[in-house]
Amino acid sequence: MNLQLTYCISTEDTFLLLDALEEDATWLQSNNSRLCLEIGSGSGCVTAMLAKIIGKQNAVYLTTDINPYACKATQQTAKHNGVSLVETLQTSLVGSLLPRLTHSVDVLLFNPPYAVTPPEEVGSNGIEAAWAGGIDGRQVIDALLPFVEKLLSPNGVFYLLLINENHPLEVVDIMKSYHMRAEIVMERRAGRERQYILKIQHEQQ
Amino acid sequence: MRLITHNLLQCHVKNCNSNNFPLKIEDAQVELIEADYNPEFLVNMLPKIDWPVLVNTAKQLGLPEIPAQVPEDAENNEAFLQGLHSVLLETHIQQGRMICPGCGHVFNIKEGIPNMLLAEHEI
Repeated sequence: MNLQLTYCISTEDTFLLLDALEEDATWLQSNNSRLCLEIGSGSGCVTAMLAKIIGKQNAVYLTTDINPYACKATQQTAKHNGVSLVETLQTSLVGSLLPRLTHSVDVLLFNPPYAVTPPEEVGSNGIEAAWAGGIDGRQVIDALLPFVEKLLSPNGVFYLLLINENHPLEVVDIMKSYHMRAEIVMERRAGRERQYILKIQHEQQ
Repeated sequence: MRLITHNLLQCHVKNCNSNNFPLKIEDAQVELIEADYNPEFLVNMLPKIDWPVLVNTAKQLGLPEIPAQVPEDAENNEAFLQGLHSVLLETHIQQGRMICPGCGHVFNIKEGIPNMLLAEHEI
């Protein structure tokens, strides 16, 4: 399988998410995924990689980003990598996709704005939306967590990137309260940051 | 924006809880872009599609007609699946707007990207 991406500017956190997807490639291919959703798609590299793994014509790849330039970048990266079934929306988190996507998302991806910042930096549509996570870097992450159970299909899986300051084990507990099973599947130090990939699924899976 | 996406979008303005789907498409600039045909994917997607909404949207946009109901032999009906492929995946709305039938909110589509963002007071 050719998993090379072109025209893709990635940072360390993106690579960790890409590695997690590559690690699960065989499973993702056999899970009959047809509907994928990346929240805060930014450059679009992660969705392009997912499409290369699952198959460009085997699923529809929805992406959202609050920033219009990020939406454009996602579109361009998809194009350069020959992934045609990418559908880009400018919206906040999953705004306008629920309730229609209820229990429909087979693969959910989120590399969130996780940096610890003053809370007032959260909520802009500008470039700081890419990193500003407010208190514990968790404000945007926590806004999404209540919807995860509703979004994921019965076999659906959610890959979430976190750093140490986000208290990943606390997120595991929050997901438990929604009857979701969460586990840390990857961990890496990148400069001063310790980054994690949380894999979240319905409890019965 | 393809029609598959339009079929999944609903108005999310605060307190707009009824008559908020489907969004009405206006002033659409439609472009047909060829896509690889994958019948298996189409069959898999069928349960997710609000069929009457897709039929109506295709009609409004003047696209080739698709049957009012999903045929029973859909899985093996090549002509049906080809038609669905064209409407669902090859039809792109590049410019235009979508209007909520309930609250009248306007969502613009520019260069193929719908803007579903709401203002602070609408959330």
